[in-house]
Amino acid sequence: MHDVPVHHHAPPTSFLRKHVFSLDHKVIGKQYYGLALIAVFVGMILSWLMRIHLGWTNLAIPGLQLLSKSGAPGGIITPEYYLQLMTMHATIMVFFVLTTAPFAAFGNYFLPIQVGAEDMPFPHFNMMSFWVTFIGFVVLMSSFFVGDGPTLGGWTQYAPLSAVGAVSGPGQGTGVVLWATAIAIFCIGQLLGSLNFITTTLDMRTRGMSMWRLPFSAWAWFITSIMGLTAFAVLMPACILLILDHVAGTSFFVPGNLVINGQIQPHSGGSTLLWQHLFWFFGHPEVYIAIVPGMGIVSHVLTPNLRRPLLSHRVMVYSMGALAVLSYMVYGHHMFVSGMNPVSSLVFSFPTLVITIPSTIVVLIWMGSLYGAKLRINSPSLFALGFISMFITGGISGFFLAQPSIDIMLHATYFVVGHFHLVMGVAAMFGIFAGTYFWFPKMFGRMMNETLGKIHFWLSFVGAYCIFMPFHYLGIAGNVRRYPAFTDDYLQPLIPLHRFITVAAVLTGIAQFIFLYNLVHSRFWGKPAPENPWEATSLEWSTPSSPPPFDNFGGKLPTVYHDPHQYGVEGASADYVMQTSPEQIKSGHDEA
Amino acid sequence: MSHADLTLEGYSAAIMPPAFSIPAKKMAMWLFIIADSATFAACLVAYGYLRVADAHWPRPFHSITNVAIMTVILVTSSLTMLFGIDAAKAGDKAKAVRWTMITAAGGILFALLHIREWLGLIDEGMRLFQNPWGSALFGASFFSITGLHLLHVTGGVIALIVVGIRYKGGRYNSDDLEITGLYWHFVDLVWMFVVPLVYLLNLSH
Repeated sequence: MHDVPVHHHAPPTSFLRKHVFSLDHKVIGKQYYGLALIAVFVGMILSWLMRIHLGWTNLAIPGLQLLSKSGAPGGIITPEYYLQLMTMHATIMVFFVLTTAPFAAFGNYFLPIQVGAEDMPFPHFNMMSFWVTFIGFVVLMSSFFVGDGPTLGGWTQYAPLSAVGAVSGPGQGTGVVLWATAIAIFCIGQLLGSLNFITTTLDMRTRGMSMWRLPFSAWAWFITSIMGLTAFAVLMPACILLILDHVAGTSFFVPGNLVINGQIQPHSGGSTLLWQHLFWFFGHPEVYIAIVPGMGIVSHVLTPNLRRPLLSHRVMVYSMGALAVLSYMVYGHHMFVSGMNPVSSLVFSFPTLVITIPSTIVVLIWMGSLYGAKLRINSPSLFALGFISMFITGGISGFFLAQPSIDIMLHATYFVVGHFHLVMGVAAMFGIFAGTYFWFPKMFGRMMNETLGKIHFWLSFVGAYCIFMPFHYLGIAGNVRRYPAFTDDYLQPLIPLHRFITVAAVLTGIAQFIFLYNLVHSRFWGKPAPENPWEATSLEWSTPSSPPPFDNFGGKLPTVYHDPHQYGVEGASADYVMQTSPEQIKSGHDEA
Repeated sequence: MSHADLTLEGYSAAIMPPAFSIPAKKMAMWLFIIADSATFAACLVAYGYLRVADAHWPRPFHSITNVAIMTVILVTSSLTMLFGIDAAKAGDKAKAVRWTMITAAGGILFALLHIREWLGLIDEGMRLFQNPWGSALFGASFFSITGLHLLHVTGGVIALIVVGIRYKGGRYNSDDLEITGLYWHFVDLVWMFVVPLVYLLNLSH
């Protein structure tokens, strides 16, 4: 053996340390995944409620009055409650699904293994990171049951309506305070996580693991954690200032002489645009925090199924890095119609168009690598292809929105809703699915059911397009977003299309229960997984067992000899060479 | 081990040194400082944004004596921190602990002077939501920014005392002292941005 024995701690024995307050990055990763799983089903059911209301506005949903008597009297959703459901749907999905699952869950589980470490350098921070995030989720969910329900301000919480209290609607008092508290808590959790991810990548790499020998997924988590470090650090004080506006009588975000619901507000001197600046300085990097891990996972999943490396490892990594840097310079494109100086719009429009270049390069690398390849078709590779498809479709509508003159027309319509749902929502979800099907055998030692996986893919793929493509038509037809009903106005002719979307959304949602069944059933009764089911080369497939032992490599640390893309190697004993294999190879693609 | 220098046609399997030869704990502190800088930057930018947008921004400070004394104390405490770390690196434990505690005392003195100043301003009628001079946001931004800084100073003093005692007891080493020092210098550096922006710009003339 060429592995180096290392000193390691004894595995925990008490139930609490083993399963609850575990310091093991693998358990923490699974906890994050569980949290995201709960959150995504809550978020999905909220979207069902919204969709049903948009299609059949006066339909009573039995039992909904139990959740909120004032919000859904007799089971019929009020306009305010529609907005409350929408806000919670977005907040849960963006923060507790798209950030926690691809980044915190998979990153926690696989980053230390992929760099060849026993654990992260700060296991206590890591544990706190999960439990702090969990508390954030509990605080957010509690707003359903407090006062007149959760906030209705949307996940962006635009001031001044978010900062003046209950006068601006139900949930705008306590609801906003709980929302801002939950998000501030969430920020602390992600800061602790980012700190661990960066130090793991830079300091914990095993012998031979140079930065360029890291697989795509590890690079993606590393780049994402750098974004997380500074983006969440700005959102946190913004949320605290918002809380101060509510509880301490300040008026950071409320201008003077503001009349809301016939009442003049006792605030003065603040700026509503300030909130948008602070929020979007976080908000745009957050979009890339959600999607870059997906890019890494998809690249990582595609390579072993292509049986050859992607066109370029380095250009892929540089492009993800460029996305991260540019993501801080484009946030103003969310504010083209906010009353910002038109010159600022122009200034923000330019980097927004520039950011399409690295995105396009990433897509071209995938497409070029797929060209002429004998792709192995399985659930992970199908979902990876689905990710690419969604990312392209959603990305193309981004070209239109990046230009202020076109955005003035499309802003706040369903065109925007369709754009971001495809490019960061559904695409990131497909990345999560690809990662789940790919890594499940390593995480639980059992295979997921392939047939169910493929059924799940086709239903989700067709379903997602049925839901979100019509959004673009709705937007071009002038259908404004965030309207709770279209029964009495010029949008009435669009209701049949809304009904079609609603049916598609309900069916696609039901298809997700196939995934849930597959997940739970395979966890306990799945086929035992072979050692290396995808014949992949990276370090997670070199651990002595599935799931890996407490210290990942069984008392040793591996030595790395190759980069993770040694597929289709001529003259090697197999068609691929593991990173840990000391086998001498003549012609590889090793760049390190 | 022999394969530490094993090479396979240029594929070196030599031991990878950490990327920047910086231990994980120290790197974590630097990363925290980057994140915290973003937090302070957000607060200071917000303050600047509000100040520029308001025609009636008050300038209530008459003298810089108090803030100058506070600044001198904080800068000096950075210096005494350096003495402490130097002594720790040289292995002089007693001296290192002494300088660390002097640094903590500097921090306490700074905090006391700061609180005295706060009480004076509160006495003049300044609140988070109002003040007798002009824009109500003056109080809000002043108390938030200096409050956030004061929170950092307080945390720093506690950290200095705890690390100092544990260093004396042998549980922590000179590296831990140095990492605490990094944080303390950062708190000092932030104050260097707070003084001109929050105090000097708001001097009455």
